[in-house]
Amino acid sequence: MTGTDTGAATVTAAALALGDDALILSHRLGEWAGHAPVLEEEVALANIALDLLGQARILLSMVGDEDELAFLREERSFRNLQLVEQPNGDFAHTIARQLYFSVHQHELYAELARGEGPFAPLAAKAVKETAYHRDHAEQWTLRLGDGTEESRARMQAALQALWKFTGELFQPVEGLGGVDWAALEERWLAALTDVVERAGLTLPEGPRTGAWAAGAGRQGLHTESFGRMLAEMQHLHRSHPGASW
Amino acid sequence: MTQNWPLWEVFVRSRRGLSHTHAGSLHAPDAEMALRNARDLYTRRNEGISIWVVPSTAVTASSPDERDPFFAPSADKPYRHPTFYDIPEGVSHL
Repeated sequence: MTGTDTGAATVTAAALALGDDALILSHRLGEWAGHAPVLEEEVALANIALDLLGQARILLSMVGDEDELAFLREERSFRNLQLVEQPNGDFAHTIARQLYFSVHQHELYAELARGEGPFAPLAAKAVKETAYHRDHAEQWTLRLGDGTEESRARMQAALQALWKFTGELFQPVEGLGGVDWAALEERWLAALTDVVERAGLTLPEGPRTGAWAAGAGRQGLHTESFGRMLAEMQHLHRSHPGASW
Repeated sequence: MTQNWPLWEVFVRSRRGLSHTHAGSLHAPDAEMALRNARDLYTRRNEGISIWVVPSTAVTASSPDERDPFFAPSADKPYRHPTFYDIPEGVSHL
């Protein structure tokens, strides 16, 4: 941290953005508990959710009280990507969301870990976790794409449905000044193209942001289902303010 | 389920362990997935360990019914056991 007011403010903005991504996706994955296709996948999704929750706790603690930030902010104060708040849908939708996000997060954290910014120590630890998340998503993309006719169709539909939320991944985040976002996007596209082709699928075409306001999550503008998710997530804390557990 | 998700046996060698030990079993569509699931289920992702996965169908087990002829030591053939050697004096590690 630079110690100046602007420096601290931009670190706060970046920590909120990265922390909210991890927190919200963790919560979405937690919704799978007890509902995954097989027991082994249940454990894998829970593991990923726990990794993300750990990242969120560290990042939000850089900003303030992690519980207050998670449970007492309104929807408009959350800075997460619209991609991570999307509903789980079927298993293919969850995997497509994981694929788009975890390839991005892995590449971003690898770059942050190489730098000397305030996020380097966190990224150095989290990059190992995100490598696993990425591998998990890629493996499932290959299996669903190369599986039955139905699994292939579902995976293709999921990739298509979430495509319009991927442009936001590469909007520069205030406070992550050292990141080359254009190069990050190139690496992401190359990796996605590779895995999607190996899976026998096609990468969707068409705009990745647009008039539907995709790409506004970082400004606090969210999609419809996010409010319901927050209501569930924050219910207990808001019902018993100040309680300790 | 059993057709597409066959059973796998998992053997794990811990970081300081000398040999792979049977840790349990799991269902997975193929060996790659079985390895990843085994990591989640049986190792908690500790670094520096080794995992083997084997399809359960590849394991041939001895039959409990044949226990006697298979394992019963022939107590009446003591020459099978190295018990007739005089241990020289001063040899402390035999």
